[in-house]
Amino acid sequence: MHTQETKAIQVTDLTVAYRETPVLWDIDLDVPPGVLLSIVGPNGAGKTTLIKAILGLVRPAAGNVLIYNKPYAVQRKIVGYVPQRGSVDWDFPTNVLDVVMMGRYGALGWVRRPGKQDRELAMHAIEKVGMEKYTTRQISQLSGGQQQRVFIARALVQDATIYLMDEPFQGVDATTERTIIALLQELRENGKTVVVVHHDLQTVTDYFDWVMLLNIRRIASGPVEETFTPDNLRETYGGRIAFIKN
Amino acid sequence: MITENINLLTAIIAVVSASACALPGVFLVLRRMTLMSDAISHAILPGIVLAFFLTHSVSSPFLIVAATATGILTVVFVELLQKTKLVKEDAAIGLTFPALFSIGVILISRYSKNIHLDIDAVLLGELAYAPLNQLDINGREIGPVALYVMGFMLVLNVVFILVFYKELKLVTFDASLAATLGFAPTLIHYGLMTLVSMTTVGAFDAVGSILVVALIVGPPATAYLMTDSLTRMLILSVIIGSINALGGYWLSILLNVSIAGTIASVTLLVFVLVFLIVPNRGLVSIARRHIRQKWEFAQTMLVIHLFNHEGLPEAQEESEIAHLHEHLRWEPSFALRVVKNALNNRYVLQEASQLMLTERGRAKAQRTLVQ
Repeated sequence: MHTQETKAIQVTDLTVAYRETPVLWDIDLDVPPGVLLSIVGPNGAGKTTLIKAILGLVRPAAGNVLIYNKPYAVQRKIVGYVPQRGSVDWDFPTNVLDVVMMGRYGALGWVRRPGKQDRELAMHAIEKVGMEKYTTRQISQLSGGQQQRVFIARALVQDATIYLMDEPFQGVDATTERTIIALLQELRENGKTVVVVHHDLQTVTDYFDWVMLLNIRRIASGPVEETFTPDNLRETYGGRIAFIKN
Repeated sequence: MITENINLLTAIIAVVSASACALPGVFLVLRRMTLMSDAISHAILPGIVLAFFLTHSVSSPFLIVAATATGILTVVFVELLQKTKLVKEDAAIGLTFPALFSIGVILISRYSKNIHLDIDAVLLGELAYAPLNQLDINGREIGPVALYVMGFMLVLNVVFILVFYKELKLVTFDASLAATLGFAPTLIHYGLMTLVSMTTVGAFDAVGSILVVALIVGPPATAYLMTDSLTRMLILSVIIGSINALGGYWLSILLNVSIAGTIASVTLLVFVLVFLIVPNRGLVSIARRHIRQKWEFAQTMLVIHLFNHEGLPEAQEESEIAHLHEHLRWEPSFALRVVKNALNNRYVLQEASQLMLTERGRAKAQRTLVQ
């Protein structure tokens, strides 16, 4: 059954393979606007690859991705991306404000330099993640949680409609986790769509309203209460899961 | 011609070359791709030789074009090899550039009878001769070719970095974000590699293929230790490169040895010096911090020891200065120095042969234990 309602993200028949090994098999995923969705699945399930395929960072062997009915290439400006914290070199000679400003680069386009307004937007985003004391701090001097907040702030200044975040809770302290989840929920309340690669099954029901269970193929996706079931979890994780709550 | 004039010209060529090389070098260092400059500087040789065969001139601009093309080809080969996932980046570089370089060497040795390209000059260059090779326009000599070439490269590098500063920074720090925002990291990457190739080719004539690596890698690696800002790292690299060039040139005259070799040695020397003495990150300040922490920690142990036994029956015995080293298992001399430091810092007071905590010392113990 196909509804005519516009999807924030629509993935159809997406297959990604490294050589002959499939990393994602024939994925279909509809993300309605305004949901806070978590993608969960075991290691090697292809969660990061799915995010990267949506962003055009890996080339699919087959299938299609649409952002509000259009290809990603023309919708870049409405999509904010938070990569895994470990994907960059934190010894790079730069400070917090500078990294957050990078979120404005997409809006600026080629060659144009960030100006006063971009700086103000960046400062505002830094305040939102509670990092205003650290604006001039060199990024290698930050804790893991602080680095993650800088990444989130960098995505916030993009003022996107859709946010894709890869493991934003990985290795962060409890305070940071609370700050981030409050921000994500605020984004959803403002009508944004947020997709989060998530590891901690215990918090799925508390944090998110939608969930996608992934293990190379899509096991299930939909509202948490319907989708996050013991049966689906068992199918996603095989027999290897100890935690199954009612 | 007057010798001083030649010395001055040589010095200017050295400084301009060093500055031109340092700028793209900053991005190579930050992208951990410095070995690529080594590869490029060697692999351009067949390009130079082939272009020389075609044009029969060492100063033809076609030489620069052909060599730059070989340089970029090196990058392509390395990346192709790497993409197979059968060979890692360092091995890919190690396979590619000797292959290309050896083609150049064979070509030179096969046809060297009628050309004046020799391998020594290729490896080390000859800065001393650089001012003598004058650019000739309508029979008038208007200055050394090397100065024009490297001056042009310096301007080109400065302009490229000024115009694409934001893009270079983003691609270097976070290539995948750059890609999602539409900033074609591959395009920037090849732009940068083209500049590295062109700069290397330009510097090749004057400083040779080994020194050019020292000019590209040394100053940025030194500047990296000194600052937390990319802009400052770029500026510092140019300054350090120029100082190395001038210092090396001056020293080579003094010692009457190879200019290129001396500049490269000074580059290393300056790096080691900065590595030792730079505040916060240098070896010296790390060692000092360790020593300070050691004494600080010992005093903390002392106040906690006194605090834990304060007001208890054994307090008298535990706070006896002469016995402290036994309780804390310290060397007696070390224990005495810690006590002296703690007295100086007013953490403790001495009463007869015993130590008493001050208010300040008690607060310190409490603060530490609460943490």
